[in-house]
Parts: sequence; C-alpha cells; structure tokens
Amino acid sequence: MVRFLKRSYIYLVFAFLYMPIAVLMVYSFNDSRSRGVWGGFTLRWYVELFQDRTIMSSLYSTLFIGITSAIIATIIGTLAAIGIHNSRGIQKKLIMNVTYLPVLNPEIVTAISLMILFVFARVRLGYLTLLLAHITFNIPYVILSVLPKLRQLNKHLYEAALDLGSTPAQALWKVIIPEIMPGIITGLLLAFTLSIDDFVISFFTTGSGVNTLSITIYSMARRGINPKINALSTIMFTFVLLLLIVVNVRQAREEKKERNGKHGSKKQVSPFGAKFGGA
Amino acid sequence: MKRSSLFPYMIWMILFIVVPMFLVLYYAFTIPTETGATWSLENFGRFFEPIYLKVLGRSLRLAVISTVICLIMGYPAAMVMAGNAFTRKNVILLLFVVPMWMNFLLRTYAWLTLLERSGVINVLLANLNLPRLNILYTEAAVVLGMVYNFLPFMVLPIYSVLSKIDKGVVEAAGDLGANSYRVFTRVIFPLSVPGVVSGVTMVFMPALTTFVISRLLGGGQFTLIGNLIEQQFLVVGDWGFGSAISVVMIVLILLSMAVMSFFEGEEKDVALW
Amino acid sequence: MSEIIVELKSVSKFYDETAALDGIDLYIRKNEFVTLLGPSGCGKTTTLRLIGGFEQPSGGTILFEGKDITSIPPYKRRVNTVFQRYALFSHLDVFENIAFGLRIKKLSEKAIQNKVTKMLEQVNLEGFEKRDVNSLSGGQQQRVAIARALVNEPEVLLLDEPLAALDLKLRREMQHELKSMQKQLGITFVFVTHDQEEALSMSDTVVVMQDGKIQQIGTPVDIYNEPTNAFVADFIGESNIVDGIMRKDFLVDFSGSSFECVDSGLAQDEEVDVVIRPEDLVLIPAEKARLSGTVSSVNFLGVHYEMLVESDDGMSWLVHSTLMEPVGTRVGLGLEPLDIHIMKKVSSP
Repeated sequence: MVRFLKRSYIYLVFAFLYMPIAVLMVYSFNDSRSRGVWGGFTLRWYVELFQDRTIMSSLYSTLFIGITSAIIATIIGTLAAIGIHNSRGIQKKLIMNVTYLPVLNPEIVTAISLMILFVFARVRLGYLTLLLAHITFNIPYVILSVLPKLRQLNKHLYEAALDLGSTPAQALWKVIIPEIMPGIITGLLLAFTLSIDDFVISFFTTGSGVNTLSITIYSMARRGINPKINALSTIMFTFVLLLLIVVNVRQAREEKKERNGKHGSKKQVSPFGAKFGGA
Repeated sequence: MKRSSLFPYMIWMILFIVVPMFLVLYYAFTIPTETGATWSLENFGRFFEPIYLKVLGRSLRLAVISTVICLIMGYPAAMVMAGNAFTRKNVILLLFVVPMWMNFLLRTYAWLTLLERSGVINVLLANLNLPRLNILYTEAAVVLGMVYNFLPFMVLPIYSVLSKIDKGVVEAAGDLGANSYRVFTRVIFPLSVPGVVSGVTMVFMPALTTFVISRLLGGGQFTLIGNLIEQQFLVVGDWGFGSAISVVMIVLILLSMAVMSFFEGEEKDVALW
Repeated sequence: MSEIIVELKSVSKFYDETAALDGIDLYIRKNEFVTLLGPSGCGKTTTLRLIGGFEQPSGGTILFEGKDITSIPPYKRRVNTVFQRYALFSHLDVFENIAFGLRIKKLSEKAIQNKVTKMLEQVNLEGFEKRDVNSLSGGQQQRVAIARALVNEPEVLLLDEPLAALDLKLRREMQHELKSMQKQLGITFVFVTHDQEEALSMSDTVVVMQDGKIQQIGTPVDIYNEPTNAFVADFIGESNIVDGIMRKDFLVDFSGSSFECVDSGLAQDEEVDVVIRPEDLVLIPAEKARLSGTVSSVNFLGVHYEMLVESDDGMSWLVHSTLMEPVGTRVGLGLEPLDIHIMKKVSSP
C-alpha cells in the first residue's frame, strides 16, 4: 500500500513533467490552429516547418555553431584539463575557480559581460561573436568531463610510455589521449547539447540577423502560439531522446568494462550531472 | 605531461572570462562624462529607487516561493526514487531527467498551449463544467514555469545524497528503537542536508535571474531583475545601470551561497564561486 | 665478478626540504639480481625512479656503463620498467601493449609479430593476443607488464614492487618465475620491495635502505646472518635486541650475566646492541642456563611455536622452537657464542 502510494506520487510528478511535452507533440499533428479543438491528423505543420526560411536558417546556424563550438571547446578544454591535472597548489586553485565562474554565474551575467566585451572591442555581433561565446561557456563542461577520467588514470601510464621509448608528445597522443577518450567524447556531446539548448547567451551575443533556433522560438513564442513550433518541438525532443540513449548505452558499456577490469567503479561525470551544475 | 597545454585555455580564460568580468565592474562603477568616464556609485544609488527595489522584492519573493514549492514537491520524490519502491531505479532516474533535455524555451512555451484561455486545460475544465482557470500572464504562471523548469535541480542533488546513505545507519536507528518518523527526523533528514542545500541553491539562482519565464508566461507584465538587466542592455542602452544590477545580483548570489555553505557545515569540492 | 652497469655517486633527492635520498653510493653489476629493500618512505622507489629517469636527482651523478646519464630523459635510456599496479594501456589489447615500444622504434611488422609472439610464449600468455587487458587477472596483467618491458631487450629491468598486488600463493609463483627469467635472459634486474622474505629468496644482492640512506649491501645470507646494525637486524627477520656492554674482546654483558661472543675490536665497556635471532634461542632446563625466565605466551604457527619468555630482569625474549612449554613454566634459554651478534649503537635511528 505504501509502495503503491509512493509509486503513484512519482507517476504524478512524471505526469507533471511530461504532460506539456506530450500535448505539444500531439498538437503538432492537429489540423486546427485552435488548441482546444482536434481537427484531425495532419503533417501540414511539418511541411510548413521545413518551408519556413527563418526556422531553417536558424536551424543551420544552431547546428553550425553547435558543432564548431563543441569541437573547438573540446580541443581547448581537453588540453586545459591535462594541464590542470598536472599543476599544483595556488595555480590549480585559481584556474579551477575561474573555470567554475561561467558554470556558477547566472547565465545572464555571462551573457552581458560577453556582449560588453564584443561591443567594447568593436567586434561586429554575429556568427563570430556567437561562436566565441558558445566556446567560452562550453570549455568548463569539457574540462569537468575530462578531469575525472584523468584522475582515474594510473599515474604511471605516462611514465610507462616514456619508458618504452615515446617522446613526451608521443606519450600524449598515443597513450593519454586514447585513454581519456571516453571523457573527451562525453565532453564533446555535452558541449554540443548545451550549445543547441542555449538561449540567454546567444540572445545577447548575436546580431545582424543571425539567429539560433532558441532565439527564433523566443521571438515566435512572444507573438503567441504557432503550430510549427509544436512540430519543431517534436523533432527536437525525439532527437535529444536518441542522443541520450546513445550516451547512456555508451556509458553503461564503459562502466561494465571498468567493473570487469576491477579498476574500481568510479563513475565519470554523467552528462546529466554536469548539466545540472555538477551535482 | 606538459603544463604548456594550459596556455590556449589560459589566454581564452583571460580574454573571455576575466576581462569581461572586469568590464562589467568598470561599467557598474563609472558614469560617462564628456571627456570619458568617471568613478561613481551613482548606478548603485539608482538601484535603491522604490520602483527598482520593488522589482528586486518581487524577484526575491517569486524565487523563494518557487524554491519552497520545489523543495516540498522534490524531497518526497527524491526519497521515493532513492528508496526501494522501484526495481529499476536507473530507468526511473533517466525518465525523470529526459524532459529537461528538451530545449528550455520549448518547455516554457509548452505551458502557453496548456494555460491559454482556450488552451487544453480550459477545454478540459469546460467539458467537466468547471470554471475556467485564467492564470496565464499572472505571477502564478511565472511560478509554475519556474517550478516546472527547475524541479530537477532540486530533486537530483537530494536524490544523490539520499541514495548514498548507508542502509545500515537507517536499520541501526530502527534497531535502537526509533520509529520511522524519528528515523526520518533524526537520521535521514540531517544526512540529506547537503543535498537540500545544493538543491536550494540550484533552484534559487536561476529562478532569481531568469527573464525568459517571466517574459513568456508573465506576458511582460512582471518585470523581474533579469528582465530589468535585459532592458538596460537591449532596450534602454544604459550599460552602467545594467552592470550595476548584475553586480548586485552576483553579490546576492555569493551571499546566499556563503549562507548555504555555512549551513552545509562542510567544505565542498567546488569553491565559493 | 662481471663489470658494473649502473652506478650512483653520492646521489640525493630532495622534495621541498625533506630528503628522500641522502647522498647514496651504489653500483649494480651486469646480470645481477639486486633488490632494494626497506620500509615505505626509505627511498627505494626514488632510487629506482632516478635510474629509470622519471626524476632528476638534486645532487650527484648516475652512470650507465660508465657514461653520465643523469640528465638523459627516460625514452633515451636502455632500461625498462615494470610499474607498480602495472600501468597497462587499457585502450590497447595484450598484443599491442607488448608491441608498443617496438612500434615506437618503427620496427617492421614482421619483426614485431615475431618478437611479441616469442615474448608471449616466454610469459605463458600464448593465445591472449587479442584480449582486453582489463579482462585479465592480476597475475596475467603482471605478465603482460613484464613482457611489455622485456620485449625491448633492455640492459636493465627495473621492477617497482611488482608483486605487491598479488595474493600470497601467486606471489610465490611469480617470485620463482621472475628469478628463472632473469637467469635465462641474463639481464640485470633491479627489484624494489618492502617484503624481506621476497628480497632474501630472490636476490643476488640485497640493498637495505632506511631514511634515504643505505644501511647495508650484501648477499641475502650476509644480510641475515651478519646485519650491520640493529635496524637491519630488526627489519630482516625477527630479532631480540637488548642493550649490552662490551667487557673486553669476545665477552659481553647483558641481562645481568656475561656471555662469550665472537666479536672483537670494540672499546672496553662500550655500550652495544646485542641481537639474537629467536630461532637461535634454545629451551633448556632453567638450572643449566645463565638466562632464564617464565613462559608468558605461546602461539602455534604451523612449522614452529612462537613463545615469549619473561626473564628475571624484566626482558621479554621471543623464542622460536619446535618444542612447546606451557605458559607459566620456568625455562632456561641456551645460546651459542656464534649466535650473539654485537652491533655498534647507531646514534640516529
């Protein structure tokens, strides 16, 4: 009985969380502009969605910014994580504190500070500034995904590579990078997802007609309800769901592998944990 | 391994994190003059005008209400999920997290569809011959949007602390004669305080600073501190005042984090920032 | 004896202000099995890491075949290392782990294939080529680590507590295997351990270290039978150590009596440490002994009994014997002059 009550409560919470999304998805197939009425099944909004120039161009911008910023942030962040892992004392503390700044600062503060910087430095707001801003807020998440992997490494691995004749550069590329690859990929996926999801920072750092999906949704939503957004939501939700499943299967496999190896089962930072403030 | 691999990041960090923060401080503490700028606290002075204090008060009030609701809803949920009501805990946890990976704007927008005058909820109510619910573009809708968006930030940290509690401790308390109420108040809750603290921080912060939820679900009638900053930068163009509000907000958040970490009683892995 | 291959000349290593190594001199001969033995923090691992090139000495020089290699990086030294906890590359399979060094040297695919296959045979891991190193047992990982180092045909193999993570039985097995591998390959092994039994059973030469200093260098038999000071005596096997006074050559006083011994050359009335191994104390009737007391505890350890005998002057004597006397019995402790080891007091521990 108690168990039943407990379960019911969770189902109730789930209903609260999923209801809006479910309604959005259902109404994306509704052949009526009015929300309350069911006008029959249609794919009309999907067709219109793909014909909408504004939405399509902002989709391209989002993907372009997402992929580019994720890759650049992953490169800089991975190198940074290796450097941080090998530094000590005050230097390490200082760098970690500054790294946490964009994670812990309210998004709007990060956003306006970058906007001030770009305007101050007379950089035209647009693709470039968007990209720079996205890289900036992505790097800390890459670092936080890679660092735990580095901590898990046998500390003699690098020395073992040198011992077997690799130069320091070879040891890095042939041993350290491949060993922490799972963390790097997690960081990359996380950076990509955060970049697509971002609104606040993009909103302040874009200009001259360059819009991301989030910005387009915002301006459309301000004007009221638009069934094309419902269609877009359905597609994006499905996409994110697939991505999450991939990440989770990967992680489960990784953990299984580690358990077999009796390496202790220190969990790496899951993308969820990192998204929710590294909880 | 080479520490020189830090260089690109250090340069990036200084350019895009440190310098912008100083620029915000610079704009907050100066006012423009004909010849350039001069140091002044005027921007902060303006913030204490009644109209702005009212905005601050409203932001704090809505953020506190949302945080409390999240705690009341979230704590039991975290407890059930950490307990043994479900056999496949991982799946439940995943199901809980999935909606949060939906674009934040779309999630907020979804409530427009539900809450509208002729929206899903009202159609349902009408069919049941119940009175309409007109909360869209009220404070209630803003709070609802905050709770909906930030609930997981409360549940996840509490869940992670609760699921780490040694079952033996709970059994020992039972063994020593504590009933389940006492086990909860004397053992489980005190042990979960660190989770509650980070949950509260993680809900309170974004709730205090959001401008999207208040704009979409409040219909722009409820200016919150986030909207105020947005207006200063994108509409009014008063960077000095906008920066000053940002600085006040950072200070507020630092203070609340300091208070929180005091309650937590133990040093966290994350530094104060 | 064969020629010297590695030589350390007054080498020291400081971390901040503390000395991990305090000016040690040491040479290692070709084909020798040398063990660095000592408690944790004694400097044995530091010594090994200096030879491997992973750390730079704060002072002194390291010679390899007579040439100064003090500042040569590890990848240019003709030594290889078996690391503590193995440090295998988990992104590579068994074959590729062993082939790693050969690939760096850009050997032909055929040569690599040959050498790795031969090495796998040597360490009894035929058929494990494609296995994930994480799926191997501790003992198997150990073998891969050894193969990965040996396939490069180093002049000197450094082993840093390689057996510490294995259980007792497996450890014994590996001790034998390592020893026979070393004989067969004819390479110098420098082995670090804190386990004195392991050191005594495997080595040609044992180097006992403490507090960054070398306490004694010698063959296992020498080290056991003729420890140079009370620390070595205590660390190698179990010992009874009591204060004594050297009356004259070949005569020492302790526990209220005078005993004949085989040591000479100390000053008259010099205070010394008297070291007696528990197995050298023989239980005899109390009335026949100069040293007597009451049995206060008995432990059966399988091969022998371990007994504590409280002598009349309040000393506790550890006695190993295949015979047992029950607690409370008055016994005498007999000992031969040869079994009394006299050691000069060391001023600092």
